[in-house]
Amino acid sequence: MSELHIVTDDEISPARERRGKMMIWGGFGLLVVTALVQTADQTGLLSLGLETWRPTLYAFCVFSTLLCWAQVVLYGEQGKRTLFVLPAALFVGALVIFPLIFGAGIAMSDWNLASPDGRKFNGFDNFWQAMEDPFYLNALWNMVLYTAAILVEYVIAFGLALLLNADIRARKFFRVAFLLPLMLSPVAVSWMIGKSMFEPRFGPMARLARELGWENPSFYGSPEIARLMMMMMDAWTYIPFMMIMLLAGLQAIPRELHEAAEVDGASPWRRFWEVTFPLMLPVSITAILIRVIFKLKLADIVINITSGGPGGATDTVTSFIFREYRDRSNVGYGTMLAFIYLVVIVVAMTVLIKVTARWSRPQT
Amino acid sequence: MTTETQIFRDGESDRAYRAPFALSKVAIYALLIAWAIICLFPIYWTITTSFKAAPDVMQGNMIPYVDFEPKWLGWRALGLSPETIGQISTPREEFLRRFWNSTIISVSASLLAVVLGSCAAYGLSRFSFRFGPMKNDDISFFFLSQLILPPVVLALPFLILYRELDLLDSRIGLILLYTLTVLPIVIWIMRDQFAAIPTELEEAAMVDGLGIWGAFLTIILPIALPGMVAAFILSLVLTWNEYFFAALLTSTHANTLPVMVASQTGSQGISWWSMAALSFAAILPLIIIGIVLERFIIKGMAAGAVK
Repeated sequence: MSELHIVTDDEISPARERRGKMMIWGGFGLLVVTALVQTADQTGLLSLGLETWRPTLYAFCVFSTLLCWAQVVLYGEQGKRTLFVLPAALFVGALVIFPLIFGAGIAMSDWNLASPDGRKFNGFDNFWQAMEDPFYLNALWNMVLYTAAILVEYVIAFGLALLLNADIRARKFFRVAFLLPLMLSPVAVSWMIGKSMFEPRFGPMARLARELGWENPSFYGSPEIARLMMMMMDAWTYIPFMMIMLLAGLQAIPRELHEAAEVDGASPWRRFWEVTFPLMLPVSITAILIRVIFKLKLADIVINITSGGPGGATDTVTSFIFREYRDRSNVGYGTMLAFIYLVVIVVAMTVLIKVTARWSRPQT
Repeated sequence: MTTETQIFRDGESDRAYRAPFALSKVAIYALLIAWAIICLFPIYWTITTSFKAAPDVMQGNMIPYVDFEPKWLGWRALGLSPETIGQISTPREEFLRRFWNSTIISVSASLLAVVLGSCAAYGLSRFSFRFGPMKNDDISFFFLSQLILPPVVLALPFLILYRELDLLDSRIGLILLYTLTVLPIVIWIMRDQFAAIPTELEEAAMVDGLGIWGAFLTIILPIALPGMVAAFILSLVLTWNEYFFAALLTSTHANTLPVMVASQTGSQGISWWSMAALSFAAILPLIIIGIVLERFIIKGMAAGAVK
């Protein structure tokens, strides 16, 4: 990555500097005052009758604009550079950091939106409850199983990428056809495939299963088969994603390497394992890591096809929390479950990245 | 020039190799076609089902005009068949409203993400920053680490926040959230794009008297445009299909298409034909995008795969 070095000679006059500082502190002051007034209004100290927190939101928008503007006033040319990154940083900060802090408060309270009692602080009670909730632990375990399925997806995606990289006709047609599942909405997929094609009485797959000798096909009856079905449908949607990344990796391998190996008389099998596969390791690791991240969000098809059934066998953490809110409006407990999940994910991903770092460097 | 007498002849061992070579060709095409069927059959099934009547569905007929006579049943339920297209139809209005919501939300969120993300990615690829203890790499990591954050962690806090802010069931609320979810992906793609553009270009432009923003807007952006299109299309696909946040945060006004598709559970059994028509109408825009703009999608996904 190359950096741009520009020499700038900005003369910032003291008056201009004062103006810039005033903009920042003025905006900040406005935000604080608005927030304080609103808090007072909420707790009953003042009675302005404000329905929502919108004024504070607007104050924050004004503050952000002033902060960006003040960068140019205060720092001149250097400030214009900050302006590239600052809006995105403010956006992410406002939409992630603040809700996370706010969420931590919710997670430590007994709060059911359906009950009139409102919010009660209860410390780590939710956490201890979660540790004894067999359905939540089961959902966490399911995530391990779902994630393990990525290895099979990887093998299939690698195979498809090799096929597409071979010397074939109609490559464009096959590439588009293979890509299409990724474009489809998981909700539509769960209707089209999950419910319609696997309909046990007259769906085409049920017919096929009967032809193959399965008397009474039921795809969502037993826990193992239902979980396998979820894995297959999710794989169907996301295999193209890994396939494209691997294909890009394959096409970046210089042809001479293969030719050299061929001249040396290596069989195709050995050529694959000793040339292609080692060269593909860094791409493979990237593809798998990104796929894991996507897999950890899996929820749509589970919510729409089985709602976690039978008996929670197909539940993902996300779908479980979704139902915890939908059926019981239990915001406090649901948020705590989500936070535990976040901690587990961050730890697991860090370990995974550390472990795989050895292979993700280009091999020599 | 026909070569009656070949100087170089294939040796016995070479000729023996031909047979497995032809065989492997057949195997490759067989596998390709098999997987193409796996990919395309569900789409074919949805299209044909939307033209079936109840008995055709029950008998599992598959090929139109051979097994069954296509009927407009499913599309009539949606108000989009030839006879009903001229008439007023509530389901069609409902469908169009959802379709419009989906379009506005996904297009605005993707645009916003591309604008914010491109600027940030450009800044990070060209200048060195210090925000407190954070340097460039830390800021990049801060943006990209948002990918790991599962949506469910933000879902319930946002539900409460939006309730307080009166943003529940509003398009703007979903737009903000969707922008957030695709922003890391846009930055990931655009960082690669900008890193591949030599800095001499801006230096030359600035010698000619352009400011840094002028150089960015007039010189760099046109070069990076294909990358931006790729990022935009990828964001569009992700936001169009998003279901989880939409299901949680909208109820009547700002519903998107996936929420509408998911909520179609009739009380007296499922009418497969109208479900199929609705599903197909919901996925059709993306199928078209996938076929027409395939190379942008591939470009977007391949970014970062190869260093």
